[in-house]
Amino acid sequence: MRYWPRGLRSRLVLAFVAVTMAGAGAAAWSSANSAAGALVTSTQQRLTESAVAQVEALAPQVQYPPDQAELDRLARTLGPDTLVRYPDLRPAGAELPAMITDDLRTATATGERVYAQRIVSGGRPWLLIGVPVLRTHPDGSQEPSGIEVYSVHDLSDVQEQIDGLTRSAIGTAALVLVPAVLLALLAARGVLRPVRELRDTARRLADGDLDARSQPHGADELAELTGTVNTMAESVQESMVAMSRMQTEARRFAADVSHELRTPLSTLTAVMEVLTAAAPSMDADARESAQLAIAETRHLVRLVEELMEISRFDSGTAHLRIEEVDLVAAVRECLRIRGWQHEVAVRAPEQLYWRADPRRLDAIVANLVANALRHGRPPVQVSIDSRAGQAEIAVTDSGPGVPDGALDHVFDRFYKADSARSPAAGSGLGLSIAMENARLHGGHLMVENTTDGAQFVLQLPGEGSRR
Amino acid sequence: MPSVLLIEDAPLVRRGLQLALSRHGHHVQVVETGEQGLREIDQAPPDLVVLDLMLPGIDGFEVCRRIRAGSDLPVIMLTARGDDLDVVGGLAAGADDYVVKPAQPAVLDARIRAVLRRSTAEADGVRTHGDLQVDTEALTVTLRGAAVALTPTELRLLLTLSRAPGRVLTRQQLLEDVWEHGYLGDSRLVDNGVMRLRGKIEDDPGRPRYVQTVRGFGYRFGPV
Repeated sequence: MRYWPRGLRSRLVLAFVAVTMAGAGAAAWSSANSAAGALVTSTQQRLTESAVAQVEALAPQVQYPPDQAELDRLARTLGPDTLVRYPDLRPAGAELPAMITDDLRTATATGERVYAQRIVSGGRPWLLIGVPVLRTHPDGSQEPSGIEVYSVHDLSDVQEQIDGLTRSAIGTAALVLVPAVLLALLAARGVLRPVRELRDTARRLADGDLDARSQPHGADELAELTGTVNTMAESVQESMVAMSRMQTEARRFAADVSHELRTPLSTLTAVMEVLTAAAPSMDADARESAQLAIAETRHLVRLVEELMEISRFDSGTAHLRIEEVDLVAAVRECLRIRGWQHEVAVRAPEQLYWRADPRRLDAIVANLVANALRHGRPPVQVSIDSRAGQAEIAVTDSGPGVPDGALDHVFDRFYKADSARSPAAGSGLGLSIAMENARLHGGHLMVENTTDGAQFVLQLPGEGSRR
Repeated sequence: MPSVLLIEDAPLVRRGLQLALSRHGHHVQVVETGEQGLREIDQAPPDLVVLDLMLPGIDGFEVCRRIRAGSDLPVIMLTARGDDLDVVGGLAAGADDYVVKPAQPAVLDARIRAVLRRSTAEADGVRTHGDLQVDTEALTVTLRGAAVALTPTELRLLLTLSRAPGRVLTRQQLLEDVWEHGYLGDSRLVDNGVMRLRGKIEDDPGRPRYVQTVRGFGYRFGPV
C-alpha cells in the first residue's frame, strides 16, 4: 500500500496544509488553554474569597466549644452546599462527605489556611473549598477553633464556557484550512509550471521536434535547468542538421552521378545495336571486342538503373502505385516475358487478387527467380499462397543453399556470396532493391535454407480475394 | 518510310539514335531544341515526333503542349526511367507513349510502329452511340454533327472501347490492344488516354456518359 501520493503537486499541497494546520492548531490550542486557565483561576478565587469572607464574618459569633445545636445553626447560616464539622460532633449541612477528599480534610484540619481543590465527580467538575474557623483571642491572636467549614461548588457552567472556547478555537483552525489549501495550490502551481513546461519540451524533443524550447522564468534552479535543456536541444539540432545535410548531399551526389552517366549510356545503347548487327562481318578480334563492349554496356546500363532506383529509395521519392493485381497472372507473366516458364514450376491457386504495385511486384519476383537460377540449381519453384491478412510468394531452388555466414548479408548492398564472379553475376543491388520494394508495400522479404535449397519468401500484407 | 522528327539536345545521343533508327528503316530528321522542333513541324510535318524532356529553352512538356494545341501529331517522350513526375507530366501534356532512357533502338522502333498503326483500324461503317458518331472507315468522330479531332491513340482507344458497348475492359487489355504493350506496360498510359478522350467527347468529363470507370477493374463504354 502506498499512502504517500506520487504527484509533486499533491505532495506539495499536503505538506503545506499539514504545516499550516499544525501552526493554526497549536495557536488555537494554546490560546484556548490559557483562556480556560484564567477563567478557572478567577472563578476559584472569587468563590474562595466569598467563602472566607462568610466564615470570617460568622466566626466571632460562634461559641466555643460549639455544641451540636450551635454547629447546626452555623451550617444553616452558611446556606446549602456547605458542610460544617467539629471533631466530636455530628457534621451538619449538605450530604456531601464522599466528595471531600482526605487530602483536603487533613490540610484544613491541621492548617490555618484556606484550601481549594478541583475534582470531578459524577461526570461533573466541582470546586471544593475547605476553610478552618479561627478563634480570635481578646489579645488579637488567632488559633484554629477545630471547626472546619467545607463548601462545594458545581463548575459545570465554567466547564461549558471552556468547551465553547475550545470549539471556537477548533472552528477558527478549520477556517484556516480553506485559504491554506488555496495558497498551497497557488504555490504549487508557481513551482510546477516551469517543471511542466520542461516536461512538455523534453517530450517534444523526444518525439523528434527539435525546435521545441522552454522559456526560462526568473533566475532560480529551474530557470537554470531550462537553460541547460535549451542548450542541449540546440546542439542536438545543430548536429542533426549537419548530419542530414551531409546525408542529403551524399544521396544527391549518387543520384547526380547516375543521372550524368545516363546521357553517354544513351548514346552507347543506341549504337550498340548498330555494332551488334555489324559484328558478324568483323574479323575475330574486332568481333570479340565489340561483343565485350556490348555486354559491358548492358551491364553498365543495369547498374546505373539500379543505382538510381536505390537513390530513389534513399531519398524517399520511391512511391507505390497500387492496383488490384492477380498475383498468379503477374508471376506467370513475369516468367513468360523473361523466357523462364519452362525452367520454373508455379504452384498457385487459380487466381489471387491482391492490392500491389504491379511493376514493383514484377521487379521483386524477377529478381528472386533470377537469383535462384543463377546461384541455386534447378528445379526452381514459385509458390503463391494467402492466409488472413497476408500473401506469400516463395521462390525455392534445389541448390546447396545460401552459405551460413551469408544468410544475414544477402540483402546488403553490393554483397556477393560467391566471391568468384561468374559472367552472369548481377550488380549486387538486386536483392537490396527487392527488399526495399517489399518494405515499400509494408511487407517483408526473408531468406532461409530448407532441406531442398535456398528459399526466399515475400510477404505482402493486405486482404485479397481468391477465385 | 515513316518520317520521324527527333528533338534531343545531347549531340552524341542525337547522332546515335539517328544512326540506329535509320537502320530500322525510318527517315530521321534531328533538331537540337524545342523551338527548332516546332518550326520544323510547321514547315514540314513529320509522321511522328520523338521528344526528349530535358531540353534547353522550352522543355519537352511545353513542346508537347504546343504540338497538341495545333495538331494530333503523335508524340513519344524520352523520359528518365521510373521518374514518375516525368512520366505523369509527359502523359498529361498529351504524349501518346513514352520510352525510358537509355532507350534501346529496337524498343523505340516498336513503339513508333505501334503508335503509327493506331490510325489504321478495321473498316466496318458508321456506328452511332447517343450523340456520338464513329465512322470506322473514314476514321472520323463527330459529336452532334461537329467533328472531334482525336490523336491516333485516342481514336484507337475509342474504337476499342466502343466495339463492345457495356463490356468491361481491364487496363491490361487496353494496354495490349491499344498500346501493344506487354504486361509491363504502364496503366497510367490508359488512365491518361481515357482522361484526354473524355475531355474531347464527354459533356461533363467529371460525370462521363460514354467512357465509364469500373472501380478496381478498368473501363466500360456506355451503354448509352
